[in-house]
Amino acid sequence: MASVTVTALKKKFGQTEVLKGVDVRVPEGHFAVLVGPSGCGKSTLLRLLAGLEEADTGKIELGDRDVTRLEPRDRNIAMVFQSYALYPHLTVRENLAFGLKLRKTDPAEIEKQVKRASDMLGLGALLDRLPKQLSGGQRQRVAMGRAIVRKADLYLYDEPLSNLDAALRAQVRVDIRKLHDELGATSVYVTHDQVEAMTLADVIFVLNKGQVEQSGAPLEIFDRPATKFVAAFLGSPAMNFIDGALERAGSAWVFRANQLVVPVDEATFAGGLEPGRKVTLGIRPHEVALTEGGGETTKLGVTVVEALGPETYAHGEIAGAPFIARVEARRSIKKGDTLPLVFRSIHLFDAATGKSLRAR
Amino acid sequence: MNKKPSFLESAACHVVLVIAVAFALYPVLWVVALAFSGTQTPSPRVIPVPEAPTLAHLSAVVGATRKVDGAEVWLFGRQLANSLVVSLSTALVGVLIAIPTAYALARFRFAGKESGMRALLATQMFPAVASAIPLYMILNSLGLLNSRTGLVVCYASTSVPFSIFQLRAAFEAIPIDLEEAAMVDGATRFSAFVRVVLPAARPAIAVTALFAFMGAYNEFILAATLLDKEEMFTLPVMLQRFIGEYDAQWEKFAAGALVVSLPVMALFYVAQRHLVAGLTAGGVKG
Repeated sequence: MASVTVTALKKKFGQTEVLKGVDVRVPEGHFAVLVGPSGCGKSTLLRLLAGLEEADTGKIELGDRDVTRLEPRDRNIAMVFQSYALYPHLTVRENLAFGLKLRKTDPAEIEKQVKRASDMLGLGALLDRLPKQLSGGQRQRVAMGRAIVRKADLYLYDEPLSNLDAALRAQVRVDIRKLHDELGATSVYVTHDQVEAMTLADVIFVLNKGQVEQSGAPLEIFDRPATKFVAAFLGSPAMNFIDGALERAGSAWVFRANQLVVPVDEATFAGGLEPGRKVTLGIRPHEVALTEGGGETTKLGVTVVEALGPETYAHGEIAGAPFIARVEARRSIKKGDTLPLVFRSIHLFDAATGKSLRAR
Repeated sequence: MNKKPSFLESAACHVVLVIAVAFALYPVLWVVALAFSGTQTPSPRVIPVPEAPTLAHLSAVVGATRKVDGAEVWLFGRQLANSLVVSLSTALVGVLIAIPTAYALARFRFAGKESGMRALLATQMFPAVASAIPLYMILNSLGLLNSRTGLVVCYASTSVPFSIFQLRAAFEAIPIDLEEAAMVDGATRFSAFVRVVLPAARPAIAVTALFAFMGAYNEFILAATLLDKEEMFTLPVMLQRFIGEYDAQWEKFAAGALVVSLPVMALFYVAQRHLVAGLTAGGVKG
């Protein structure tokens, strides 16, 4: 096991700069998730860590070993592929043992490790089957087994759940986290699914256009997104955004967009407050509350109601921007209602740069 | 949808199948009848059965001998060996050359790749006959006329381009993830190729080798041009000699044709296990 340190890593494919100087540090034993939209460079970063692509410039270290120019086999890593990449002509047992055999491991030790991995993943009954005789979920487990059967310094996962159906995905997600807690192995996991990122990670790296936009613990990033991009990417339904400007109202600060006026806490956004500054207001759907009238409220004209059971989402518009509010599940709301809302917590982003105004 | 067919449907289906099989086998049965008929020119009949059955033609073809350099040699044995050695060598040499070439064309980017592919394609445009005279002159100057080696060189060079095309498509169909997984697991590029790619491509390699074998085994024109000693003949050339300018020994030709078919039938029987495609199915994705 080892920590991972990536420094100023750059990679171009032809004229396209896929990674524009990425820095990543994953402490030993941590589970890191690289998340971002398609084309953000997360899979390329993973392939560079694996040694399947060569970096143009920059450095990759595993513990105190510089592995930047090493072949994949010399890095001592294990990887779970999106396609599983099981060897079609080998049985499950042979698939699991493949890496150990290549490394000339003692046959008794191979047997022991294969048994350990297959016990952990419940593959015991499948050991003599070929990949084509397995279901999607079973193949996924074999792919996991092939990785954990070896004592690698680093475990890489390339969207390993994307070929599973929703129910199985939720189950395997929990299994992966359990497995990690058991093994304590340093892991880097790539996904575009923000739920996977939030639930699995010790540390999340949000990538955008070849750069790390923000990194940190999942809840820290969720609660204090550094940019509008991060705020929009994490959370479902996504954060609501309303464009407007900052104003002084006597001694206090407010955000104004048309008729909408929202008080701004000076301490939270100290340093970013300038009169007339164009900003975007961000409010997560769960950061609103229904009031029973009285005081400053914002009105949401309901156009669509989504009742999901545990919660209900009311869709409408505020200050010309689409807005989603989460309300209690059993409250009877229907299309055409007007809901009086208060904002419990707000985010402000510079309209031009997208950077958060929140004081760090 | 999975309803069991009724008796009538099943019977109709079998009638159609029997007619189709009879249609396909009828000419073959005629050859069999001819090969075992004792009369000189059997009269045409609707049901092909041998007239005055005999094994004389068969034993005449198979048992033929000839004096070569003072020693009596078993001519048919020599010719069968020639055919098998030449065809197997052609398949082996062709596939051994085509595998690395096709893999490089499927996986690597290099200068001249596209023009190389076009050049390979261009060689397929000329019929083998067009090169018979130049090949004769080249082999003559190399001293390889009337030799198995000369024939293998000619056959392999004509079978290689097609083999390359076929194997390139097979390698392209193998997900690159498999090789990458092997490399992460500790394989070099070469051992990933040997341990993962080659086994996954086995059906395609078997089919390619079989095509090369069949092409060489059946080839006549080049063999007839490049060989003039009877003991160096391949089987198609031997067969053709039964049809002379002044008399045609059809019954011997038929007997020979049957014997010549046997190795190919045996080969297909043995190889069919490897020819089952879809070995890679299930290795990747759900």
